[in-house]
Amino acid sequence: MSTNDSSSDGLDVAAIKAEFPLLQREVNDHPIVYLDSGATSQKPQSVLDAMDRYYAEINANIHRGAYLIAERATTAVENSRAALARFLGAPSAEEVVFTKNATEAINLVAHSWGRTNLMEGDVVLLTALEHHANIVPWQQLAAERGVEIRWIPVDDEGRLDLTDLDVLLDGVKLLAVTAASNVTGALPPVRHLADAAHAVGATVLIDASQWIPHLPTDVTDWDADFVAVTGHKMCGPTGIGALWGRRELLDAMPPFLGGGSMIQNVTFDGFTPADVPARFEAGTQPIAEIVGWHAAVDFLEGLGMEAVAAHERDLTAYALRTLTERFGDDLVIHGPSTVEERGGTLSLAYRDIHPHDLSQVLDQHGVCVRAGHHCAKPLMKVLGVNATARASLYLYNDESDVDTLADALADAGDFFAF
Amino acid sequence: MAGLEDLYREIILDHYRSPRNRGELEVPPATMAEGFNPLCGDEIRVYLQVDDEVISNVRIGGQGCSISQSSASMMSTAVVGKSIDEARDVLRQFKEMMSIHEHGLDGEDAAPGDPAADQPGASGLGDLEALRGVVKFPVRIKCATLGWNTLDQALTDSSSE
Repeated sequence: MSTNDSSSDGLDVAAIKAEFPLLQREVNDHPIVYLDSGATSQKPQSVLDAMDRYYAEINANIHRGAYLIAERATTAVENSRAALARFLGAPSAEEVVFTKNATEAINLVAHSWGRTNLMEGDVVLLTALEHHANIVPWQQLAAERGVEIRWIPVDDEGRLDLTDLDVLLDGVKLLAVTAASNVTGALPPVRHLADAAHAVGATVLIDASQWIPHLPTDVTDWDADFVAVTGHKMCGPTGIGALWGRRELLDAMPPFLGGGSMIQNVTFDGFTPADVPARFEAGTQPIAEIVGWHAAVDFLEGLGMEAVAAHERDLTAYALRTLTERFGDDLVIHGPSTVEERGGTLSLAYRDIHPHDLSQVLDQHGVCVRAGHHCAKPLMKVLGVNATARASLYLYNDESDVDTLADALADAGDFFAF
Repeated sequence: MAGLEDLYREIILDHYRSPRNRGELEVPPATMAEGFNPLCGDEIRVYLQVDDEVISNVRIGGQGCSISQSSASMMSTAVVGKSIDEARDVLRQFKEMMSIHEHGLDGEDAAPGDPAADQPGASGLGDLEALRGVVKFPVRIKCATLGWNTLDQALTDSSSE
């Protein structure tokens, strides 16, 4: 067993862990082993400091007051937008719209683009890997508009089964697909799917919530039309996400929420919407969260996303190897078996111990995992389970965390050995 | 610190290992209600046979974690043979046991005038007292109450027929 894997891939995990205050605490008399970054990541001190500094030094509403701190606050928000655009590989910061989270970003597309462009009989193509956030907005549209929803199925290893892709794409107006499954860790071939969808004239939306924290992102390389992301899974605060969209698509879309900031002019007779991105940013934005997200982007860029990806690939390989060697057939790890096709999201089934009971015993060891259906009930049905225990690895995890998980699993096995 | 032994009492594990009254009843004459825990996907079916206002038979179907399964199993033994009114009384007491501490976690006192709040054995719930420890694990309260909420629905259904 190893306790330090920092030498092989360039990330000094011990030093990184030291930057996260929450990872210093104990849980149930054990040092915390946080393996639920798929739900939300922990935050480095630099993100907390950036938000505190915003409130202490420049708190003012943006795009309004002509005084020093209001100018500074406005600049801080627009700097964050520019940093995020760079991080996403977006051609222009004006194509980045701040939202509450990725869910709101997808709902924005369903509302503003979908209700303009999708008519009765049009087809939206989803995949069986999707999170409810990339299912329900389309089902709402289907119920309202008579839009047809089709599904790309998954195979035994939780990868997309593209055998019948050509047939499924017939008549499709929108393909909405995750870049990384929050359950099986599978990484669908996004560029291949985008090319195939564009060939039939479809628009492509990528849910990158589970991708962007872990792997270098380039929306241009994906050739996507819309990309939804969230801040809180990538070391940023909760309550802030973004939609990136192609400029010509955003320009043609009506507003989503109506209110302050999203207008050019309002009269007693009506309103003229503002240009993008302001058109989609009604009301006072979560300014401190936008500022904190910028600090998270800086933190990740400081480490280098290539280095983060390499670290997680090595750690995922170690976890797959360790858990398989130690537990054999007693442990099922849903999803692809090789690190080339997956990220560090490990959905586990251990003997017949219910995931709730498993996570309860793990918690006694300070190990935090998610138990449940992970907001992906259609996929759970395909996998033939109602729930799994999910351990999701991130940049601050190391081999000792995986070893502790394995020890805790063994203890759970003893506890529930009837 | 609330330890595992507070949650997984021996009688709970016993009901999990050997659930009582598993199975189904023919509907009708029995009634059946289904309950879901949207957090984890657990599901429970409660079959209820009521004759002359008395619960003559109960069967439990579905699947879930040790707490939801054992709680439903213990519930089945607690209410079989009881009148509907008596069963509702047990139901009410059980849900009170599960809810008092939910408020307590927010810093409020237990409901005034309820002597059973912190006195094991005083509630008349018998073996069901073993589930009191669940309130120290708030996420699991929904597991423990799943079968009972489903019973509630089944009782309502059976009395409306």
